Amino acid sequence: MIRFRNVTKHYPRSGTALADASFHVRKAEFVFLTGPSGAGKTTVLRLVHMELAPTEGEVIISRFSSTRIRRREIPQLRRRVGFVFQDFRLLERFTAAENIAFALQVTGANRSAIRPKVMRLLDHVGLASRASAFPAELSGGERQRVAIARALATDPLVLLADEPTGNLDERASLGVFELFKQLNALGTAVILATHDTTLLRRHPETRVLELEDGRLVYDSRSDVPKPPHASSGDSSIFELVRGGPAP
Amino acid sequence: MRPFREALISLVRRPMLAALSVTAISLSLFILGLFGLTAHNISRALAAVEEKVEIVAYLRDEIDEAQLRLVRSEIGAFPEVESVEYVSKTEALYNASRELAEFSDVFPDVEVNPLPASLEVRLLPGRRDPQSVGTVAVRMSGYDFIDDVRFGRDWVDRIHTLRRIAGGTALIVGGSFALVAMLLVGATVRMSIHARSTEIAIMENVGATAGFIQRPFLAEGLISGLAGGAFALALTFGAYRLLDRAVMAVLWLPDLWIAAGILGGGVLGMLSAGRSVRQELKGLYAI
Repeated sequence: MIRFRNVTKHYPRSGTALADASFHVRKAEFVFLTGPSGAGKTTVLRLVHMELAPTEGEVIISRFSSTRIRRREIPQLRRRVGFVFQDFRLLERFTAAENIAFALQVTGANRSAIRPKVMRLLDHVGLASRASAFPAELSGGERQRVAIARALATDPLVLLADEPTGNLDERASLGVFELFKQLNALGTAVILATHDTTLLRRHPETRVLELEDGRLVYDSRSDVPKPPHASSGDSSIFELVRGGPAP
Repeated sequence: MRPFREALISLVRRPMLAALSVTAISLSLFILGLFGLTAHNISRALAAVEEKVEIVAYLRDEIDEAQLRLVRSEIGAFPEVESVEYVSKTEALYNASRELAEFSDVFPDVEVNPLPASLEVRLLPGRRDPQSVGTVAVRMSGYDFIDDVRFGRDWVDRIHTLRRIAGGTALIVGGSFALVAMLLVGATVRMSIHARSTEIAIMENVGATAGFIQRPFLAEGLISGLAGGAFALALTFGAYRLLDRAVMAVLWLPDLWIAAGILGGGVLGMLSAGRSVRQELKGLYAI
């Protein structure tokens, strides 16, 4: 469903953010995208969301290819790819329900269908009772749930989450992660960018893509041993997932 | 209707900004309106003077009836000509004696009428420019039984110079104020876009189309422009009443100009909003 073919992204000022990355994310798969700050995680997500075009290579999401997509097709793609941010990005003057309804309104949803769908989504993320609360009245975890519900409003094939637990305490983080797991179990693919090692340690069964200096250095599904030059520090994801140093 | 609803909400949410924008547009268009009023009155005055532009062809005394009929019908058929009036020698003398006191003193004693008969030729509106007047005069002088052709060449030239100056000034002043109004609407829309940047980012993020995102800002420009146009009309009308009552009789603007002014305000607002939207949102869905 999502395929990176030898993708390189080069920024004119800051240099190469991603170098020759190739991987495939299947339908309804859950993937941790990890690596230290500046490793290229956000670049990968923005490439999937087609906010960026690869400098080389090709990104394919469902029927959309970065080499062929036209400007006017991007909104169609975005409706199939939900995005959740670390800082929630909710509209403060709207209630939780209105924030979700906003996403439906701006994508041309039928007016009569909006309210029931908003209530269903709020119920889905466990916030049915907080529908009329403004973001300022919600906890961090609750805000992120509203942001997730909003990302789900257009029934995306995949949810991209950029450090979604970065601003949350441990309990809230676990709650939000469990929500992602539930959504994934219902058929939505999830690519969750994080450097939260606790989260990775708790879910060793989940596929991990590890980036370092813009290179994909490890893919737990391919079962390829980690190259010796990669992640020499103690925080190597490979070591965390495998429970020991790289062979 | 959504773009207009959202544009109105946006204007109501930022009343000071909206008021500033509409006031600025009104003042710009008001100055245009005042200029329009002046231009219209100058134009009407010039047209009244222009109506007096005529070519007089003095006829030789030996012209007979048949030749007179021929020359009248031929000149009357020139495409520039509106009418041809024949003034006989007797009428010429009568007119002269009526208009000039010294002539009336000598009139009873004159045995031989020294004044020639003439043809007074008036040209069609729009054909009273120096070139047309000159062309017709040259063509008329070609007739053997026409002794002399006269027209106020200096007057015709002056009238047309005045008209050109008025037209050029209208273009420059009008254009300058239209530009000011455009910049003001554009700046307001830019502020509006900046104020809603988070909203726009979310819309872009969830897959709203570029047109959907842009339309409310275009509507905002249109509303500001129309409102500015309407206020400017009210101000111009106030100025007209004041001038008409206190200074001199002034003509009010034609309905077409009024409609064009208000609609022009709207179009101006929308065009400048469109320019700002394109510039501010040029990154929209650009990969």
